[in-house]
Amino acid sequence: MEQLKTIGRELAMGSQGGFGQSKEFLDLVKSIGEARSKAEEDRIVLSEIDILKRKLLEPDIPKRKMKEYIIRLVYIEMLGHDASFGYIHAVKMTHDDNLLLKRTGYLAVTLFLNEDHDLIILIVNTIQKDLRSDNYLVVCAALNAICRLINEETIPAVLPQVVDLLNHQKEAVRKKAIMALHRFHRKSPSSVSHLISNFRKRLCDNDPGVMGATLCPLFDLISEDVASYKDLVSSFVSILKQVTERRLPKSYDYHQMPAPFIQIKLLKIMALLGSGDKSASEIMYMVLGDLFRKCDSSTNIGNAILYECIRCISCIIPSPKLLEAAADAISKFLKSDSHNLKYMGIDGLGRLIKISPDIAEQHQLAVIDCLEDPDDTLKRKTFELLYKMTKSSNVEVIVDRMIDYMISINDNHYKTEIASRCVELAEQFAPSNQWFIQIMNKVFEHAGDLVNIKVAHNLMRLIAEGFGEDDDDADSKLRLSAVESYLQIISEPKLPSLFLQVISWVLGEYGTADGKYSASYISGKLCDVADAYSSDETVKGYAVSALMKIYAFEIASGRKVDVLPECQSLIEELLASHSTDLQQRAYELQALLALDARAVESILPLDASCEDIEVDKDLSFLNGYIQQAIESGAQPYISERERSGMLETTDYHSQDHHEVPPHALRFEAYERPKPSSVPTQASTELVPVPEPSYYSEAHQPISTSSVSERESSEIKLRLDGVKQKWGRPSYQSSTSASSTPPQAENGTSSHPDVGVGSSSLKPRSSYESKKPEIDPEKQRLAASLFGGSSSSRSDRKSSSGGHKPAKGTASKPPKENPIPVQPPPDLLDFGEPTATSVTATDPFKELEGLMDSSSQDGGSTDVMGLYSDAAPVTTTTSVDSLLSELSDSSKGNPGTYQSQTSKGPNSKEALEKDALVRQMGVNPTSQNPTLFKDLLG
Amino acid sequence: MIKAVMMMNTQGKPRLAKFYDFLPVEKQQELIRGVFSVLSSRPENVSNFLEIDSLFGPDSRLVYKHYATLYFVLVFDGSENELAMLDLIQVLVETLDKCFSNVCELDIVFNYSKLHTVLDEIVFGGQVLETRTDEVMKAVEEISKLEAASNSISLVPKSVSGWRGGR
Repeated sequence: MEQLKTIGRELAMGSQGGFGQSKEFLDLVKSIGEARSKAEEDRIVLSEIDILKRKLLEPDIPKRKMKEYIIRLVYIEMLGHDASFGYIHAVKMTHDDNLLLKRTGYLAVTLFLNEDHDLIILIVNTIQKDLRSDNYLVVCAALNAICRLINEETIPAVLPQVVDLLNHQKEAVRKKAIMALHRFHRKSPSSVSHLISNFRKRLCDNDPGVMGATLCPLFDLISEDVASYKDLVSSFVSILKQVTERRLPKSYDYHQMPAPFIQIKLLKIMALLGSGDKSASEIMYMVLGDLFRKCDSSTNIGNAILYECIRCISCIIPSPKLLEAAADAISKFLKSDSHNLKYMGIDGLGRLIKISPDIAEQHQLAVIDCLEDPDDTLKRKTFELLYKMTKSSNVEVIVDRMIDYMISINDNHYKTEIASRCVELAEQFAPSNQWFIQIMNKVFEHAGDLVNIKVAHNLMRLIAEGFGEDDDDADSKLRLSAVESYLQIISEPKLPSLFLQVISWVLGEYGTADGKYSASYISGKLCDVADAYSSDETVKGYAVSALMKIYAFEIASGRKVDVLPECQSLIEELLASHSTDLQQRAYELQALLALDARAVESILPLDASCEDIEVDKDLSFLNGYIQQAIESGAQPYISERERSGMLETTDYHSQDHHEVPPHALRFEAYERPKPSSVPTQASTELVPVPEPSYYSEAHQPISTSSVSERESSEIKLRLDGVKQKWGRPSYQSSTSASSTPPQAENGTSSHPDVGVGSSSLKPRSSYESKKPEIDPEKQRLAASLFGGSSSSRSDRKSSSGGHKPAKGTASKPPKENPIPVQPPPDLLDFGEPTATSVTATDPFKELEGLMDSSSQDGGSTDVMGLYSDAAPVTTTTSVDSLLSELSDSSKGNPGTYQSQTSKGPNSKEALEKDALVRQMGVNPTSQNPTLFKDLLG
Repeated sequence: MIKAVMMMNTQGKPRLAKFYDFLPVEKQQELIRGVFSVLSSRPENVSNFLEIDSLFGPDSRLVYKHYATLYFVLVFDGSENELAMLDLIQVLVETLDKCFSNVCELDIVFNYSKLHTVLDEIVFGGQVLETRTDEVMKAVEEISKLEAASNSISLVPKSVSGWRGGR
């Protein structure tokens, strides 16, 4: 001991063999220690790097010096600077015969290199040699290194040696060899799968240390495959029994506890083996009972074992006696003054509560203390417990608490988590819809930018659908209360964007619904929002759409619409917006204002956001139109398959403008846009606007399409071979779209959306079914938290899944769905299918956008759809006016009209181009009238 | 499994950082800074545990202990026991204390490689290998002896042109 002390001191003084050998280095450490700022530290380190770079280039560096340099490199890297220029020297140092240098080399490389680094290959040979060394310290150093440096490819190179070492005479080596094998198993289970029996063998090692080490890999193995280790249950139990009876050498005691770390590992393994296995659990009862009796709860490590026992009991099938013992231990933890023990107590409670739900009741006060504790860790653990024990009787108290806490913290990560928990609980247990809306408002207000966008759509849907169709009165009350609460909140500064979107949507949809608020009042508020958040295009988009709805409802009900001056100026501003989306909406709004009541009503019917929509997949309502077009000389649609077969013929026709490389690489990925993968991009998702003309972007407006088509088809010819190779299968799989009549293109391509939309509605939470269960005794928090247990949480959960799927939410959208610019499936490989999936986002978003998109083009197609879809007859005037609007608004690029000759394929082509433009990241700046010109003939 | 062992002083300067899975240097620094900013904001007399998913990914816990000017930090996953990890820090500190008799920050700064030797004896590849202070001491002692012996031989500076030429 004395000797060591002196060694330590000497090392510290830098007198020999230690860390700081030279004055330079001492100075470096000192100056860094004294550095006042990060900048100063960086300066010092950078100059040190320069020095080292120079020194490492000197010839004939004495080894001791080199060792110091290496240590300095390590030090530099620990401070966050790149020391890669010196890695090679560290690698060389591992080759040295001198143990000190070798160890230094190994230390440095394990810190510097990852297992896939190129330099590792230079070390493998050395490691192999060292593993065979006679000096066990060298072997240990090598074993240490392989844990970090060996990857899947190099495992076979060292595996035989490591396996040999399992029988090494030194227990320290055996231990490390086992750990190394364990590490291999973690990295690549297959490479050592044939050696797993060795772990079992080593469990019987004479040395308890080696046995203890074996428990680590066994724990992993058992957690992967419990069944094949059931035979070991009694062995583990007997080992644990022996350990607790102090059969191990005294040296294994730690704070008077016999081998506590081994005990803990054993308990963990037993928890795995006894889980759901009655007979295995029964073997454990004895030893667990002993542990509870014997454990010294005055030391930290004793409590660690106690906690592990609790955890084990919560996993196995416990006996009532053990449960009682565990509950006692928990109450001791909770009563302790130590925050650590309280934490463990709460954690244990959370585990046991699954088995015996009433256990928490006796600790209610302790739990509430923990909830009010200044210690954040403890508080969060307690919230976790509360989350686990939430039921409909206490949901209000718990969620209120959570929200208070959520408001009080700044940690965004945890805020997000707790917000999502609030939402989850509220959705699951909400006693009433009003309450739900209130909670949602709070969550949005305080963590609006952190919550998932789906939550917002859920909320909108709830408001739109209400309790169910049989109780209209309640629905309108709910909406009114939502509208009122939003009108209150709306003037508060700095609301999160998502929340404003919800507010705008609800105000637009229901703001004027029951006549309490006038249209001009609501529209004024909406204009204020658009003004106040003028940098947020999404919010603006929502606000404008809401305005449009308000005006539409006014027009439809026959009232005269006075557009407020501020609204007028807003619209004018947006007409010139850089955002196509906003511009589009503004034009739509303008167009809508010029329409008569009947047209408007069919475009935006009142409260129709939840209506069911029937989708005519064959787009049969277009048949007449097609017939007409063909009669008037249009080319019939040629399906893609045919087109690809006879390329020359495509030349005459303009449709084949899809990009050429796309033929080679576009694949199934485009066919099923996944809503989840959709980047929720504001401007794109709001309104599936037909994209502004590709021509105006890529070509001059005057350039006729035929020119470009010829070009493209020529290129296509050239790449024919490629297409043959890649293209075929994709065509086949995508033909559902292409085999339909020409004009169907739009519609078919949007089918996936519709499907996605309706399916994503299904997991609708079960608001309707929840009857208000109000806990009368809210005063006492404890009582409300723990009292009145109605149905258990799990029941709720399972039942909530079975509720009737939502009725189709979006009645309108799919009708208008043809508009969403879906790139046909054959579109290209330009990267992520952003454009494709845009329309397939959340149905609500889509709905939102679509509801409002009665723009020139949007409206017109919609009307088309309505005609033949046996919908209420719409006046043709609407089409006309829309068209006139359309041409008005597209003065910018009149040339685009020229080439359009009523071909279905043209529209498709336009779609493709739009998508292409989008995908190329071009921000389109003008409308694309071509598309609908086509459709309308 | 233990994910990382760190020591840092109360100013946030790292004194030791060992990650059992490779992380690029920048990421290491980010984590060290992140851990320090959490630790330094913790009041006294609170628990030694932290759930630290935000830095180390899901199911990450952290146990720390504050000794004089140093924080000892262990980061690990759900398969370890928090209280036991707290004791592991205790083992580490006790061992260092025996090594350096009354260990202080300075010892740790100037004995970087020895520090690693001690740590490697206790935690091996992310698993707890040895918790008996005496055993660790014995191992470290043997290494030190051997190093001292081999060191005295190599005190005579040798030409290293041979392995420089190998580049």
